Amino acid sequence: MAHYVMVIDTKTCIGCTDCVDACRMENNVPEGLCFDWVVEVTTGRYPELKTEFRSERCNHCSRATCVTACPTGASQYWNDSNIVVVDASRCTGCKACIAACPYDARLIMQPEGYIGKCTFCVHRVQYGLDPACVAVCPAKAMHFGRLDDPASEVFQLLESRESYSLNPETGNEPNVFYLR
Amino acid sequence: MQRRDFLRLNAIAGASALLGPSLAGCSQPAEWQRLMTAGPATIKPTACNMCFWSCAAQVHVRDDEPWKITGHPDDPHAMGRLCTRGTAGLGAYYDPNRLIKPLLRVNRGGSQQFDVVSWDDALGFIAGRLEKVAKEHGPQALATLVHGPGAKHFVHLTKAFGSDSISEPAFAQCRGPRDTGFYFTFGEGIASPEQTDMENAKCVVLIGTHLGENLHNSQVRTFADAIRNDATIITVDPRFSVAAGKSKYWLPIRPGTDIALLLAWTNVIMAERLYDADYINLNTIGFNALAAYIAPFTPEWAYVETGIAADVIRKTARVMAASAPATVIHPGRHTVWWGDDTQRARAVAILAGLLGIWGQKGGYYLPEAVKVPEYPLPAYPVPKKSWRDITLPKFPLAGQGVTNVMLDNMVGPDAYYKAMIVYDTNLPMTMPNSRATLTKAAQSLDLLVVVDVQPSEMTGFADVVLPECSYLERYDPLRSESERDPCIALRAPTLPVQGDSKPGWWMAKEIGHRLGLDQYFPWKDYTEVLDWQLKQVGSSLAEMQTIGLKMFPRKTPVYYQPGAPLTLQTPSGKIELYSQALADAGFDPLPRFTRHAQRPDGFLHLNYGRAPQHSFSRTQNNPVLYQLMPENLVWIHPDTAMKFAIDNESYVRLVNQDGVVSNKVRVRITERIRPDSVWMVHGFGHTAEGLTLAYGRGADDSALMTRVLYDPIMGGTGMRGNFVTFQKEAA
Repeated sequence: MAHYVMVIDTKTCIGCTDCVDACRMENNVPEGLCFDWVVEVTTGRYPELKTEFRSERCNHCSRATCVTACPTGASQYWNDSNIVVVDASRCTGCKACIAACPYDARLIMQPEGYIGKCTFCVHRVQYGLDPACVAVCPAKAMHFGRLDDPASEVFQLLESRESYSLNPETGNEPNVFYLR
Repeated sequence: MQRRDFLRLNAIAGASALLGPSLAGCSQPAEWQRLMTAGPATIKPTACNMCFWSCAAQVHVRDDEPWKITGHPDDPHAMGRLCTRGTAGLGAYYDPNRLIKPLLRVNRGGSQQFDVVSWDDALGFIAGRLEKVAKEHGPQALATLVHGPGAKHFVHLTKAFGSDSISEPAFAQCRGPRDTGFYFTFGEGIASPEQTDMENAKCVVLIGTHLGENLHNSQVRTFADAIRNDATIITVDPRFSVAAGKSKYWLPIRPGTDIALLLAWTNVIMAERLYDADYINLNTIGFNALAAYIAPFTPEWAYVETGIAADVIRKTARVMAASAPATVIHPGRHTVWWGDDTQRARAVAILAGLLGIWGQKGGYYLPEAVKVPEYPLPAYPVPKKSWRDITLPKFPLAGQGVTNVMLDNMVGPDAYYKAMIVYDTNLPMTMPNSRATLTKAAQSLDLLVVVDVQPSEMTGFADVVLPECSYLERYDPLRSESERDPCIALRAPTLPVQGDSKPGWWMAKEIGHRLGLDQYFPWKDYTEVLDWQLKQVGSSLAEMQTIGLKMFPRKTPVYYQPGAPLTLQTPSGKIELYSQALADAGFDPLPRFTRHAQRPDGFLHLNYGRAPQHSFSRTQNNPVLYQLMPENLVWIHPDTAMKFAIDNESYVRLVNQDGVVSNKVRVRITERIRPDSVWMVHGFGHTAEGLTLAYGRGADDSALMTRVLYDPIMGGTGMRGNFVTFQKEAA
C-alpha cells in the first residue's frame, strides 16, 4: 500500500499562508472555505518567547474514522493508499464524517452540499507531483512523499529529525508530521 | 462553479449559511474528481506584479478559464514558487471594482463628479492642459510621481515633454536613506533584490527587517536556507517578529535607539580587535578617526539607551565577527524611521565594512545585470530648471527629487509645479501626512492625472483617471535587475483585456502623439521596442513569449578573491568609514546617536510593518487576499491592554499626540510586542468607497503620522515620530 505523508518543518515555516492560497486556486475552493489553514502557537512571556506556525489540513489517517463513519461509502481511500477522498456522487451530505474527524478538516461545499476536504491534491499525486501547497511554499518548509520508501525525502526527514503529529491519541494514525 | 463566479461573490458566507440540506447523492462529481481527468492546461509565461519583485510566472488556462498562476521554475526570484500575493494574482484580474473606463472630473450644478469619457476625450484633455502649462510656465512645471515597472513609460513621456522632475516614493518614503548611507560608504547603493548571500551565511543580522512577514520571494527563500544551515540569526526588533522567532538572539530594542546599538557593536569589534587588520589597511580609510570616535560608545553606555544588556551586545558582536566574512548585516529596505536614517544606514555600512563582508561569500555578493540597450531615440530636451533646483536647496544630498518637497511646490498660485502625473502609486497612503497637501495641490494644479488599475484614494484627487489594465493583460518594460544570476524576464499579456482599460505604454504614446512628440514614440506598438531590445542581447520577443525567462552567464565574478583589494566608486576608492563627503556638506562624517522625542505619558510608539498577504495599500481589495487577511489588527502587550482596560478582539481607535483619530481597528493582545509600543500592518483603513471590500476595514498608520521627521541629508520622511493612545469603540 502506498503510504503518503506530509512533513512540515516548523523551523522554517514563516506562517505566510501561501499554502492556503495555492490550495484555493488549485482546487477552486469556494469563497469563505478552505481545505488548509495556518495556526500560530506562541508560548512564554515577553521577552522569553517561542512562536511556531503550523500549516494544518486533513491528516489522511491510516485508520480514518471519517471513512468508517460514512454510511454510503462516499468517504473512502483512494487507490489502495491512505489518501482519503469523498466521492460526491455517493455523498448524501449527512455530516457523519464531520463529527468523526478529529481535525475539523471537512466542510460542506457550497452550493452543492457534498462534503469537501483536502485531497493531498490526488489529481497531482497521480502524476507524481507534490500537492499544490507543498509546491508553492516559498520557504521550502513543506515536503511530501511515500513513507513506505526508505529512500524518500520524507522518510529521511522523519528518521533524522524530531517530529510530532496532531491528536495521535485518537488512534487514527495521522500522516501529517511537524518537524520541531 | 466557474472561477469567475466565486470570485465575484462579495460576502463571505457565515458558518450558519453553510449547513445545507442533506442530499440524495450529488449529481455532479467533486472538483477533485473533475481535476483527476482534466486535460492539460495551457501555460503562458509572464512576470508577476503583485509586488515589485517581479517574479517570472506562468498563468495556467484551462478550457479558456484562467486557473492559477505559479512561479517560473527557472527564475532565481521565484524558483517555481510565487509568494502569497503572487499566487493570488488572478484576484487582481477579476476584482469587480477595477477601473475599466477613463474618468474626467466635471463641475455640474456646483458639485464635482467623475464622468465616464472616451479615451480620445480623456487624452485630448490631458494634452490640452499640458500644452497650456508648457506655454505659460514651461514644460519643467510638470512633475511625475511613479512606482513599479510600468513607470518607465511615463518617465519617458515626462522627459520627452521637457521635465526631469520625476520621483518615486520608493526613495523618500522607503529605500532612500539606505542607499544614500551605503553610497557614502561603499560608493554605491544596495541592489534590488538585495545582494545578501544568506544561503551561504553563518550569521544573519536583521535590524528591524522582518523577513517572512516581508515576503520578498527570494529573500525569504534564502533566509530559510540560512535557518536550515543553522546560521546564527540575530534580530533587532521591538516586536517578536516571525524572523525573531527564528533567531538565536532576539534583541527587543527600545524604539529609536538602533544607532546606539550599532555604535556599541562597532565599539566591541574595535576594542577587541575582531577585524582583519590587513583587510582594513588595504580597503578602508578613516579607521583611526573611527577608533577614536567609537571609544566612549561601550556596551554599558548602549544598555542605558537601548535596554539591551551589555553582555548580549558583546556576545552578538563576537558571533558576527567570528562568522565574518560569512555574516550578512542586512541593509534593510523601508528605512525611513527617525529622520537620522542615512546616518543609521552609515552605521550599518561601517559595521559591514569592518567585518569585510562586501563582495564576500556569505556576506554581500557582487550583483550583475544583463546590459539591455535602450531603444534608440532622440536626446531629451534639457529642462530650463531641474528637480535639483527644487529639492537640493532643502536636502543637499538627495539622489532624486523628494516627493514631499515636490508636493509642497504644487500648492498655491505661485507654485513651481503646475501639472502632475501619478502612475501606480497611492500617494495618500504612501506619503505620511500628505492628504491635506494633496487636497491643496489638487486645487492649485492645472492638471492632475492619475493612472491606476483600481479606484484608489489617489484617484479621488485627479482631474483625469486613466484605467490601466492589470499586469496580466499587458506588456511592461523588461526585468533585468542587478542580481546574482543575470537574467531577463518578460511581462506579457496572458489574459483578455477587461473593459476599456489600456496598458501604460499605449497611454504614454497617445499623450505624446497629441503633444507632437511622435519622434519619441517612433513605433506602433511597444512590442517593437521589446523585440529590438531583446535582439540586442541575443533573444527576441518571439523567444521570450515562449520561455518567459532567459538566463545569461555571468561576465564578472560573484565574489572577490579572499585578500584581493576591493574596487569601489567612492572618492577614495576605498570603504569610507569616515566620510569626508558628508563632512564637506556639513553633516556628521561619523554616525551620531541622538535621543529622539520621548514618549508622552499614556502614549505608545506607533510601529508598523508588512504582512505576507499584502503589498503596500494596493492589494487589500483583491478578493483572494481579502479572504486571507480582510483587516489589520493592532498588536498590544497584555500589560498595556490591562492598563487601558482593552479586551482582546475588541475594536479601538488610535489617537495620536495631535488628536488625529484613526478608523476603528481590531485588537490583538500578544506577548510578541514591547509594552511601550503598538504595531500594525500598513496599507489598511482605505477611505476610497470604490474599493468595496477594503473600504473602512482596519486603520491606516500613515494617516496618524503628523510628525514627519525629515532626514536632513536626503529628505527621507521618518515615520516613527508619532505616539498613540486608545479610544474605545462601542461593542
